[in-house]
Amino acid sequence: GSTLAFIEYNAKQNVLTPASRSCLQAAKKLNQPITALLLGSNSDKVAIKDTPNIVSKVLYNTDLKFDHQSPEYISPLICDILNKQNFTHFVIAANSVGKNILPRVAALLDLQPISDIVDIESDKQFVRPIYAGNILATVQSEQPKKLISIRTSAFPIDEEETQAKVDNAVSIPTQEYQFEIPSDIKSTQYVGSSTVQNEDGRPDLNSAKVIVSGGRGLKTKENFEKLIVPLADAFKKVPKYNGVAAAIGATRAVVDAGFVDNSLQIGQTGKVVAPDLYIACGISGAIQHLAGMKNSKVIVAINKEEDQPIEEIADFTLIGDVNDVLPELTEKLG
Amino acid sequence: MSANNKLRILVPIKRVIDHQLAPRISSSTSLKIPSYSINPFDDIALEESLRINEKNKGLVEEIKAISVGSIKCKDLLYKALAKGCHQAKLIETPVTSTILQPLSIAKILKKEVEKNNYNLVILGKQAIDDDNNNTGQMLAGLLNWPQICNASKVEIVDPVNGEIQVSREVDSGEEILKSKWPVVITADLRLNTPRYATLPKIMKAKKKKIEQEKLLETDDLNNDQSLKVLSYKEPPKRQPGIRVANVDELLSKLKEVKAI
Repeated sequence: GSTLAFIEYNAKQNVLTPASRSCLQAAKKLNQPITALLLGSNSDKVAIKDTPNIVSKVLYNTDLKFDHQSPEYISPLICDILNKQNFTHFVIAANSVGKNILPRVAALLDLQPISDIVDIESDKQFVRPIYAGNILATVQSEQPKKLISIRTSAFPIDEEETQAKVDNAVSIPTQEYQFEIPSDIKSTQYVGSSTVQNEDGRPDLNSAKVIVSGGRGLKTKENFEKLIVPLADAFKKVPKYNGVAAAIGATRAVVDAGFVDNSLQIGQTGKVVAPDLYIACGISGAIQHLAGMKNSKVIVAINKEEDQPIEEIADFTLIGDVNDVLPELTEKLG
Repeated sequence: MSANNKLRILVPIKRVIDHQLAPRISSSTSLKIPSYSINPFDDIALEESLRINEKNKGLVEEIKAISVGSIKCKDLLYKALAKGCHQAKLIETPVTSTILQPLSIAKILKKEVEKNNYNLVILGKQAIDDDNNNTGQMLAGLLNWPQICNASKVEIVDPVNGEIQVSREVDSGEEILKSKWPVVITADLRLNTPRYATLPKIMKAKKKKIEQEKLLETDDLNNDQSLKVLSYKEPPKRQPGIRVANVDELLSKLKEVKAI
């Protein structure tokens, strides 16, 4: 067999996104040659500059129509490659781009995709969480092609394997994939986007090693900013984290109250994360929040109330007022 | 407004586990579901269709709620009628059939769209049971329609030319897309807060007729055996943690486990 992996890159820095590196990490578990597919106006540059070591071949296409990841344009292209080049597996990150594209590709190929997997047991057997992660289902596909989306938090990045080697440009074959977008495609029109600014290099939730997350116990937006932001920044001073701050997360209640942007919500309907360290501040632990963070390696709960659901999954619980505990923790981390 | 730009809206709704409850494993290949209700994201989709109708006088010709499943889905459909849907339809699946995969559901919906000329399909971004997040995108692909997933705001910007603008939630924030209809839209959590169906309205709705169609074993449901569930298991339980007395103890414990 052989695997085609859909790869996204950061258009500003022309490097692979962490989600795509996780996707390659998952692809490696299939134990067959990996071809990476990069699309968009800078894809040729990234293909040459940032091709990771575990990839055996790179395909790219620089058509501007692919720049906004429109599933209407991208899906027929992927179908074309999968049909003509006999790939047995297609993998894509189960992020907002992958979730948009994969099912459409599958429908066009008359196949059922295998969505949001957390483990690969064989080339046809996969594990996927259902019921908000309360149940893990082991599924088996007998379809001629397996079209899979990867829950990135379940496939941590191995720095070595997914890092580009300086001389990769010569050692890994890179090729433009010629494709004419069918003229009858009806697509949406891109109007604009608003991105939550990640100030001074704060990592995004999906790739952060540490997440400091706030809940209803923070009481106000001002308090959230006053207590959570400095604590997240204090992780820059922890040698283990190499000058990188923690990412900031929030519960649904706090997002609904307008303390922070939607995109910082962790939980069943927000992001599913699994950092090395998760610090839950003023969070009681509603089922839907736990679904988004319970696979974190080490969980700390800081909460005024005793015996909240968060305590059942936390490794360390400190009962106390966030107004006292967080500033002290911030100071002592430094 | 030209007559051909009137909206004909189809809202697929799924009967799933009550979102406040968790399923139990009754054997390695079956689950026990304590109680059922409408998939919350489909409820949001349904609400949005009603709001489009209320905000744009004369634009919407028909809203139909449709469910594919057992006869018990009728309860959801009566509620949809009570809230203000014009039509409701049940496509009853054979009792012996396995759970239909999104591909089959998308094919069934495609037939319905083509038969009755719907030009807007709004449905939840995912069902909270199988958490696939597939059906809307698959239906859009089969119909060769544009798709807008994870909608957080929907506006009719040009009823004459049939144009809709949608904000959608993406990992990095928000993206705004425009589309002519026909289009498939999937609803995210913050699109709206669904209304309740009051009991008197439900009682009244129960006098309305729900269109019913039986899905035959021989119908084109090819792929439902191609993705088989081999087993269910519970995720590994976390080891019980400990309480720490103060910040200093917390820091020393975090150092012990090499988290800092």
